[in-house]
Amino acid sequence: MKLQLATRHALFAILELASEPERQLSAAEIAEKYDLSTNHLAKVLRTLGRAGLVEASRGVGGGYRFCGNAKRLNLLDIVQLFEPIWPIGQGMSEPGDRTRKGQALRRVLGEIEEATRATLSSITVDTMLKIARRIPDAPAEDMIRRAAALR
Amino acid sequence: MAELQTLSDTAQVVIDPVAEADLAWIEALDAQITGRPKPDYWRRLFEGARSEPGRSFFLVARNGSGRVGFIAGEIRAWEFGSEPCGWIFAIGVDPDNRLRSVGTQLFDAVCDRFRQAGVTKVRTMIAREAQLILSFFRAHGMMAGPFVELEKDLDE
Repeated sequence: MKLQLATRHALFAILELASEPERQLSAAEIAEKYDLSTNHLAKVLRTLGRAGLVEASRGVGGGYRFCGNAKRLNLLDIVQLFEPIWPIGQGMSEPGDRTRKGQALRRVLGEIEEATRATLSSITVDTMLKIARRIPDAPAEDMIRRAAALR
Repeated sequence: MAELQTLSDTAQVVIDPVAEADLAWIEALDAQITGRPKPDYWRRLFEGARSEPGRSFFLVARNGSGRVGFIAGEIRAWEFGSEPCGWIFAIGVDPDNRLRSVGTQLFDAVCDRFRQAGVTKVRTMIAREAQLILSFFRAHGMMAGPFVELEKDLDE
């Protein structure tokens, strides 16, 4: 499964901010860590702000802060702000769908969509952060840690 | 041996093997949660755990005022080549005692028994729409495994 770019931006932003909910980060700081476009991320953060998941403060030391409930907010909640993950049989109708083979194809693809929905809806932000903590240091984190030590 | 949990932010519970006197409470809690009483099923689990205590586990959590939850699991082996592993197939927590880590303590207790029995993997199977319980197991580190569940209507 490949997520749209905006969805990936949103997931990284939420996970980064939720990992330290008291901390405020600018769009540029998050973008640098995850190698994202700052402009694109800023638009995504506005969408997340309208959804009540992050809040922004202006001025020196300002930035974005996570204001959702990490134990309740799941990945599907975030993904669906940016792209549709349809329940089985509810996606857009496509050519061939009214044939037997088209219906068979819809049924098989529906299995995949159902599994996708179940996976995304069962993993909360808090669980995702636990999964991330179990993964050994990745090169980007290592680089950030070394850069911070030099400051 | 009973295990006393004393973490300050969790319900203090003692986790024991289910006794015959616990069965009526478990049946009632399950019926309350699922809307479908199944006394024969719970009795079979109880008899199984009693006859094979090193392979089949049926545990109840008690606090000062009574019972607050249960969990059932067993060690299965060689189903379509699957190495021996622990299976959890039932868990229930009294609705008045949820969000107090009762489920977590039951999960940890049955996993300890699986470890003591020498297995290194735990599995379960949950309905896709059962988001609450799916999220519970996900929060305890469970991920999709290498097996796929398939089914068929027999009158097709």
